[in-house]
Amino acid sequence: MSEADQKGHPQTVFEAEGLQSLVETLARKGYQVIGPTVRDKAIVYAEMESAKDLPVGWTDRQDGGTYRLEKRQDEALFGYVVGPHSWKQFLHPPKARLCQAKRKGDCFEPRGEDREIPKRAFLGVRACELAAIAVQDRVLLQGTYTDPVYQARRGNIVLIAVNCTQAGGTCFCTSMGTGPKVTSGYDLALTEVLEDGKHYFVAQAGTEPGEEILREIPHREAQDPERQIAESLIAKAAGNMGRTLEAEGVHDLLVANLEHKRWDEAAKRCLTCGNCTLVCPTCFCTTVEDSTDLTGEQAERWRRWDSCFTLDFSYIHGGSVRPSARGRYRQWMTHKLATWHDQFGTSGCVGCGRCITWCPVGIDITEEARAIRETPVSQAAPSGKERSRANP
Amino acid sequence: MQTLEPILAEHPFFKNLDPKILQVIVGCATNVVFKAGEFIFREEGDAQEFYLIRKGQVALEIYAPGRGPITLQTLHDGNILGWSWLVPPYQWHFDARAVEETRAIALNGRCLRTKCEECHELGYELMKRFAFVVTQRIEALTLQVLDIYGDHRS
Amino acid sequence: MATTAVKEKPIPPVRAGEPMHPRPFKVLKNQPETHDTFTLELEPAEGPREFRFAPGQFNMLYVYGFGEVPISISGDPAEPGVLVHTIRAVGTVTRALERLKRGELVGVRGPFGTSWPVAEAQNQDLVIVAGGIGLAPLRPAMVQALSGREKFGKIVLLYGARTPDDLLYVRELEQWRSRLDLEILVTVDRALGTWRGNVGVVTTLFPRASYDPFHTLALVCGPEVMMRFVILELAKRGTPADKTYLSMERNMKCGIGLCGHCQIGPTFVCKEGPVYRFDRVKGLFGKREL
Repeated sequence: MSEADQKGHPQTVFEAEGLQSLVETLARKGYQVIGPTVRDKAIVYAEMESAKDLPVGWTDRQDGGTYRLEKRQDEALFGYVVGPHSWKQFLHPPKARLCQAKRKGDCFEPRGEDREIPKRAFLGVRACELAAIAVQDRVLLQGTYTDPVYQARRGNIVLIAVNCTQAGGTCFCTSMGTGPKVTSGYDLALTEVLEDGKHYFVAQAGTEPGEEILREIPHREAQDPERQIAESLIAKAAGNMGRTLEAEGVHDLLVANLEHKRWDEAAKRCLTCGNCTLVCPTCFCTTVEDSTDLTGEQAERWRRWDSCFTLDFSYIHGGSVRPSARGRYRQWMTHKLATWHDQFGTSGCVGCGRCITWCPVGIDITEEARAIRETPVSQAAPSGKERSRANP
Repeated sequence: MQTLEPILAEHPFFKNLDPKILQVIVGCATNVVFKAGEFIFREEGDAQEFYLIRKGQVALEIYAPGRGPITLQTLHDGNILGWSWLVPPYQWHFDARAVEETRAIALNGRCLRTKCEECHELGYELMKRFAFVVTQRIEALTLQVLDIYGDHRS
Repeated sequence: MATTAVKEKPIPPVRAGEPMHPRPFKVLKNQPETHDTFTLELEPAEGPREFRFAPGQFNMLYVYGFGEVPISISGDPAEPGVLVHTIRAVGTVTRALERLKRGELVGVRGPFGTSWPVAEAQNQDLVIVAGGIGLAPLRPAMVQALSGREKFGKIVLLYGARTPDDLLYVRELEQWRSRLDLEILVTVDRALGTWRGNVGVVTTLFPRASYDPFHTLALVCGPEVMMRFVILELAKRGTPADKTYLSMERNMKCGIGLCGHCQIGPTFVCKEGPVYRFDRVKGLFGKREL
């Protein structure tokens, strides 16, 4: 018996048409449904009104610096992996107003913020993305100070997860222990099966709200063969990862190799464009901007996404602490794979591969880690070209 | 009358120096006292001696027209004043002024140089000690040059 | 088509304890210290009359229309009715702070960060080494130690500044110097001929400081280069890394460990710092671009 009946939630099956029923149920319950859709030749997350908005029959081909959509032979609704969007734009939004102030003569009067957010349902959350949400929960909700913007959004979410039945060209969730199967943190988990002319979903609730939603979709108990096919599809995805990263010991490896010459090589290619930080589902850095309107009567404090790749990020005393691309690339990668552990007790990387796909020059975090592991500095001979006591 | 030998021996500069060697240079030593405000030596003067400061405060100064005397460093009990006697043209590059009454041992340069040529062991011991003093002084001056408290925005 | 006036939704007041909302404080006094440094004395404009903090902590100070900067608190922790900040005017916001007059408002968020462990120095000697504006975050530690003087052995202050005109708290230094239970040694990097004090970097003061390096707690604050050499000097004389504390500095935006700007290696300076025990950051300190 698989983990099928964890928490006593049975595995069920509903036909492909049930997806439309699912979307309608969510809307009826007052949720704004956000899910994948094709836009500008990519699969992005946007508000959905019907199952027809999903990327039916589409798949993605991903590699270093490459992302292309292709038509599938079938009509799968979730036959792709992750695109440039992650769910962080809804939970940890790119811009948020923190407070305002009104001028009163020589003084000012601060005012707070209204934090009412609509209820949302995230449809099509992958295992790596659930892991990323858990990572951001740890960073933004479990520190000494919690982030009220994230907190207001996080409580109102219903998570409909989807198990990946194929792996992407830059995926390495198995290396990071985050997928492809979802194990926790979801309200409802779906596995899409297309086989022998049949098209159905194996569905399992993870929570009471998930159960309530499932109840409104025509479904039946899953049969053993159906369960087994679903499992084997997920297992196939696990075996087909586009990349691998040896996560064991990577913290100590990077911390011991801060002067490795690989950083210079990465720096030669890195444009410090910050794309990786934008698409990464766990990157959380923000900056605070204070501004006034033209009359000067009203001031606002905004928070917006920032990236450690900008020169300004570490600006102090008239200069940047990390003026070189080498310094900034090293900062990003060692934070993601190493010092994140020191700060939050987990890796910062969930193996989604977005940073590899969306890097304009195709820098590959798994390749960089491998290169350093294969030639650690600690084993290198002392510097200086050939030493000799004799005069040749 | 007591010789200057015990006074030389207790000065930090000559710490651990073999007494036989110390005896060689006693003849080059004289006891000196400078009044507060008195110049110990002036820029471009002949560097005939160097000084082991026993007690007092000495300011190393340089005079810039329009700015007046600028103090580069102050020296205190136990410090060495002057090393221009070591290398030709044996000329001072700064002014040295006693800020308060200062007692010191003056060691004659030519006397020492002659004795160092005769006794290389003395020469080596003096060089070792001067190398140490000079390195310390350069390290400290380097920090001053860095202007670490300055505003480096421009 | 007739339009109905949309009722403006009432904006909630600033919630007490919301760490990103500045609390308005009134300027009581703006006192110049040197040509580019000044000290502000502030009191809360509303709400609780006291502002409690520990020596070494900092606030984010906000000037309406200009922005925010992190500034160490310089006052006496036992006087929570007045909030004191000594500030160097080097940028847009600090220059705006410099222009503030009595009665005007400043936004304050804090106190944030870790503090100098003054109590740990009980029954030992306390050596405080300050460089330039670094005396500002150390002043509360000195004041706190002096308020319980009998608990400590020797207390020594070594203070280095650029020139005599850059010395902070001159009157207070003179008061401290007149005490018989305190050793105050001051030096400047260069001076005009009228200066009768020491000239030379702060490390040159060590030979004349009397303290027992093996039973001492050292607190160091100043530019990073200065701290590097001072810590070397302390260690050379026998004070170990786990008895030496320093204050690190990095770019700060939120001050609450959520924006990532102040990170050095595994630590956020606004959370585990700015005061660090030196042995805990030895591997990070002085490393290029970390």
